[in-house]
Amino acid sequence: MNNNGFASYFQLSNVDWPKMWLATWETVWMTLVSIIVVAILGALLGLLLFETSNSKSAGARALNWIVAAFVNIFRSIPFIILIVLLLPATQAVMGTIIGPKAALPSLIISAAPFYARLVEIAFHEIDHGVVEAAQSMGATKGQIIFKVLLPESMPALVSGITVTAISLIGYTAMAGAIGAGGLGNLAYLDGFQASNNAVTLVATVIIVLVVFVCQFAGDIVVKRIDKR
Amino acid sequence: MIEFKDVSKTFDVKEGQVAAVRDVNLTIPDGKIYGIVGYSGAGKSTIIRMLNGLEFPTTGSVTINNTEISKLKGKALREQRLKIGMIFQHFNLLWSRTVFENVAFPLEIAKVPKAQRKEKVLRLIELVGLKGRENAYPSELSGGQKQRVGIARSLANDPEILLSDEATSALDPQTTDEVLDLLLDINKKLGLTVVVITHEMHVIRKICDQVAVLDAGEIVEQGPVLDVFKHPKQAITKRFVNQETSTSSQDDTTLAVSELLKKYPNGLIIKLGFHGDQAQLPIVSSVIRKFPDVDLSIIEGNIHQTTEGALGSLYIQVISDNQDSVKEVLSYLNTMRVETEVIEREQ
Repeated sequence: MNNNGFASYFQLSNVDWPKMWLATWETVWMTLVSIIVVAILGALLGLLLFETSNSKSAGARALNWIVAAFVNIFRSIPFIILIVLLLPATQAVMGTIIGPKAALPSLIISAAPFYARLVEIAFHEIDHGVVEAAQSMGATKGQIIFKVLLPESMPALVSGITVTAISLIGYTAMAGAIGAGGLGNLAYLDGFQASNNAVTLVATVIIVLVVFVCQFAGDIVVKRIDKR
Repeated sequence: MIEFKDVSKTFDVKEGQVAAVRDVNLTIPDGKIYGIVGYSGAGKSTIIRMLNGLEFPTTGSVTINNTEISKLKGKALREQRLKIGMIFQHFNLLWSRTVFENVAFPLEIAKVPKAQRKEKVLRLIELVGLKGRENAYPSELSGGQKQRVGIARSLANDPEILLSDEATSALDPQTTDEVLDLLLDINKKLGLTVVVITHEMHVIRKICDQVAVLDAGEIVEQGPVLDVFKHPKQAITKRFVNQETSTSSQDDTTLAVSELLKKYPNGLIIKLGFHGDQAQLPIVSSVIRKFPDVDLSIIEGNIHQTTEGALGSLYIQVISDNQDSVKEVLSYLNTMRVETEVIEREQ
């Protein structure tokens, strides 16, 4: 097997396609599951940040400070370190530290705070007058959240999810390098360590395609729901 | 009936405390359009926002039909708010909803069943003249149309009171008049009380029955609109009235008058004020006929319609070699049912 020359990239016969599709599915699965959890968790945290940010009560301010600190700390930890840091916790929660499932806790914990910030910003961008109009009509807090804040910021929330999903795809590859499965894992083990450049190239192309599809789908949805 | 009793509001800011509203006492009768006029920062918004509990007084009480709004909290306040509609300078529509859905919004808040909502929303959209635009989004509407949606939305829960917070300030003059006509129409048709705050005297003149002038958080003058227009007492009220009653800018008239006074020291410049039927009397021609030795020239004049009739002013100059005739003209004018004011030369 020629594994040095440029031509080695195109020796597609060296690619184990079933394995490649399995890895692709693992990447997509990790991304999908974590993005769903991140969307919910991030929206909750973002809402908490938003609601407590302008509050006068000391309790709310303290809560805001705690949530903001949590968000800032987990947003600053480099992902590869976060995985290692969370290994014992992952073992305890998921019962394993290898495979796609084991990647979920660190993926979620790294992306949720990031998305929470995006959600908070999206809520702050809603014209305060609209919220006030709803208040003047006698809306409850819940009605304001579900009928004003969420629908009015939906395009920003969706584009935020797109951005978060794309960085999550990158993280899954990183997680793959230390045993989480997926295309990153395949490129590292079968591509790099077995000097099989064709596998690396194909894995790269598939990842790029997944990112493109994700961005494209996000853009289309935003365009459809944005009536401004 | 709406009652403000000794209402004051202070805001805490970094530099200490700012009094936004001071000792306001107001009574707003049912079914009337009540205007509160003042420059920005005078405290108008604070006052109107106390009516639906978006703001609370520091001292004093705000009462609507024997319910003290300033004491309500939580559910009781939300239920009271259902009975008070509000429209805004920047419309504050939900851009993610169509015209129909925007008007349905307050009904959803009030938990009105879906079947009833539809019929009501369509009726309101028709009332404000937007039939056929039900499925348009706010971004597809003009400013005037957006405010019509705002008005329809504010009426959805059959309010007893409609609050208008600078509702025409972002609109061009033509659209302003259309929206004002609609408000007047709604006041007549539905008999609800309308509280209007504005910095435009035009709005007051066109639709209000009564007016209060607000300056630095205090009400400096209040009364029926025509009275305030006819006899403004405070300097600030005069400024507001002039803003509306002089067609050219007031400065131009003042300048022209002082030039004429300099040029003809023995002439007399008189400002005549008319209202109601007086505006139709042939006063100028009767003066000319009665005093042949007097020259009379017209400097500036204008007329405006209010809800209670016409209101006009006319600047004339009376020149004569015989000073006695000039005095006689003045006393003759005083016997006519017209108000006179001699413009003195500036010292």
